[in-house]
Amino acid sequence: MVLADPALVGVLGLRMGDNALILGQRLSEWCGHAPVLEEDIATANIALDLIGQASNWLKLAGEVEGGGRSADDLAFLRDAREFTNVLLVEQPDPDFAHTLMRQYLFDSWHAEMLDRLVDSTEARIAEVAAKSAKEAAYHRRRSADLIVRLGDGSEESHARMQAALDALYPFAGELDQPDDCDKALAAAAIAPDLGELAGEVASARTIVFGRAGLSVPTDVPVRSGGKSGLHSEALGYLLAEMQILQRSHPGAKW
Amino acid sequence: MSGASSSASPWPLWEVFIRGQAGISHRHVGSLHAADAETALCNARDVYTRRGEGVSIWVVPSAAILATDPDDHDQLFDAAQSKIYRHPSFFEVPEEIGHM
Amino acid sequence: MYAQEVKTPSSRLRSRSDMCEQECAFQDKLDAGTKIEPKDWMPDAYRKTLVRQISQHAHSEIVGQLPEGNWITRAPTLERKAILLAKVQDEAGHGLYLYCAAETLGVSRDDMTADLLSGRAKYSSIFNYPTLTWADVGAIGWLVDGAAIMNQVPLQRCSYGPYARAMVRVCKEESFHQRQGFDIMRVLANGTEAQRAMAQDALDRWWWPSLMMFGPPDDASVHSAQSMAWGIKQDSNDELRQKFVDQTVPQSDFLGLKIPDPDLIWNDDEQHYDFGAIDWHEFYDVIAGNGPCNAERLGARCNAWSEGAWYREGLKAHSDKQRLDRKAA
Repeated sequence: MVLADPALVGVLGLRMGDNALILGQRLSEWCGHAPVLEEDIATANIALDLIGQASNWLKLAGEVEGGGRSADDLAFLRDAREFTNVLLVEQPDPDFAHTLMRQYLFDSWHAEMLDRLVDSTEARIAEVAAKSAKEAAYHRRRSADLIVRLGDGSEESHARMQAALDALYPFAGELDQPDDCDKALAAAAIAPDLGELAGEVASARTIVFGRAGLSVPTDVPVRSGGKSGLHSEALGYLLAEMQILQRSHPGAKW
Repeated sequence: MSGASSSASPWPLWEVFIRGQAGISHRHVGSLHAADAETALCNARDVYTRRGEGVSIWVVPSAAILATDPDDHDQLFDAAQSKIYRHPSFFEVPEEIGHM
Repeated sequence: MYAQEVKTPSSRLRSRSDMCEQECAFQDKLDAGTKIEPKDWMPDAYRKTLVRQISQHAHSEIVGQLPEGNWITRAPTLERKAILLAKVQDEAGHGLYLYCAAETLGVSRDDMTADLLSGRAKYSSIFNYPTLTWADVGAIGWLVDGAAIMNQVPLQRCSYGPYARAMVRVCKEESFHQRQGFDIMRVLANGTEAQRAMAQDALDRWWWPSLMMFGPPDDASVHSAQSMAWGIKQDSNDELRQKFVDQTVPQSDFLGLKIPDPDLIWNDDEQHYDFGAIDWHEFYDVIAGNGPCNAERLGARCNAWSEGAWYREGLKAHSDKQRLDRKAA
């Protein structure tokens, strides 16, 4: 199926928005529970950035769709099968090492992606990307720094970061795998070529993981499916929690 | 609960100074904990500029600050109190002269 | 309030004849409104009381993240989610500022944290009540933050410089907290029948605990007189409680909600609302650890601290290594 450009813009907006929303939701779970006060505040800042970005992307997706759905409608009234975020961002947090690793794997791609989207031929995409790009660059800088410090830190912090990398690395590949929409978006110069982006992201990650003393798993199969709505079971629970009020009080204003 | 006693090596305290806007000096705003200077700077950004309060941040280890002893207050600061001629209001300027 | 039961070392107000020359000079400074700074001489009892008060205040901010934090993941719109997250994040910031103020008195944040987690230190009773519905988030902002602001505004003038300065920052940031709570209540009160019921139910459950936040009645507050003489408490518990009731009743009327107190009535002679008796048994019971959520709240903080130990130690280990490397180079 080949979508026309406007519909493609909607797909991209939805994907970017869903990634930001689901990751922001995951991060916000830490509020009040992070390892130290300063980290609690920093994590909330990143979650706030992501929720703000999600609003902007989903608003755009709703406008492109033309059916009158608001960002809130898209966030709170879609089922798991309609969400298009990558599996990486919905993965739960067995410990804070997983949170940080998930964050870095996403940030390292996200910041690069937004940098390219700023130059999109589609003005509305470029505009939303420009609002998010600086935030994402800061997120990447911070999470890369923490990966290096904790990878190098104590024996336990090293072990935890390595375990998190081993567990989450298979999910990182989905960001790099273009589907038909991604290819059409690249062909129309609305979005970058994901394969090309992947190369740059990979070399930046190699430097960071090298400095952290972490070994990148090799020959792992890529876990994907999120872009086409085939998620891990974790997403259903996340949405059940997130959507409860909108679902149980249809039509109410908040 | 084991963690409560595992604070064998707590993070040191840092003093945070922020320049609120271009052209004015850095001002002490508070303190925080961090393992080292770089993370202190990063934490200061997250803790003390959430409402756009700054354009530049300094962090200084609290332990590096040397302060005057309050007991020395009189000998250090009282002497300046008597040099009232250092202030422009000491001098009378004739009204005809206007601003000086 | 956020520091409801701050014990001073003696329940009797110290008179001038009890004081040594140094203490008299200290009291003169306080009476003249001069701020006390960390390196200034201060009576041991003043220092101890301040540490207790500021750390209780800080602990309350930290534990206070939890009841509302509960609803961040369930906030009904993206904007409400962001506002609530920013608000709860502010509480963490306020705890941080306050711990730093206490640290200027020679106690470490880790030691204060250990006191909280072991149950030795207290925090405000209000945070041991559960947040059962979204309206509770509104009620907390409206009532609990409203009560807190009433107490914190005068603390900006307290005698201890670092505490007063921390409170200036806290009050500046907190000014949006009460409004966001009232805004939630306003929307619910004008919403569907279920939403209105939710708002009324939240007011029913949070009203009395909010009044308890101001602490025991004045005749039972044996430590207040000394704290007032020291300039670390400005208004009596009952005065603030009355002020809060007088301020809140018209707001509740505006919302069309009913305050759950059959004895509440306007007293034209006094120009105040008279209100019913507070169940102090409940208050002392919650303070003693038997509130509906004491175990959960403390459990959550203990868990965050112990589960986060590897992170704090890992970052420290890295910077220690870097320092050694720099020395070797």
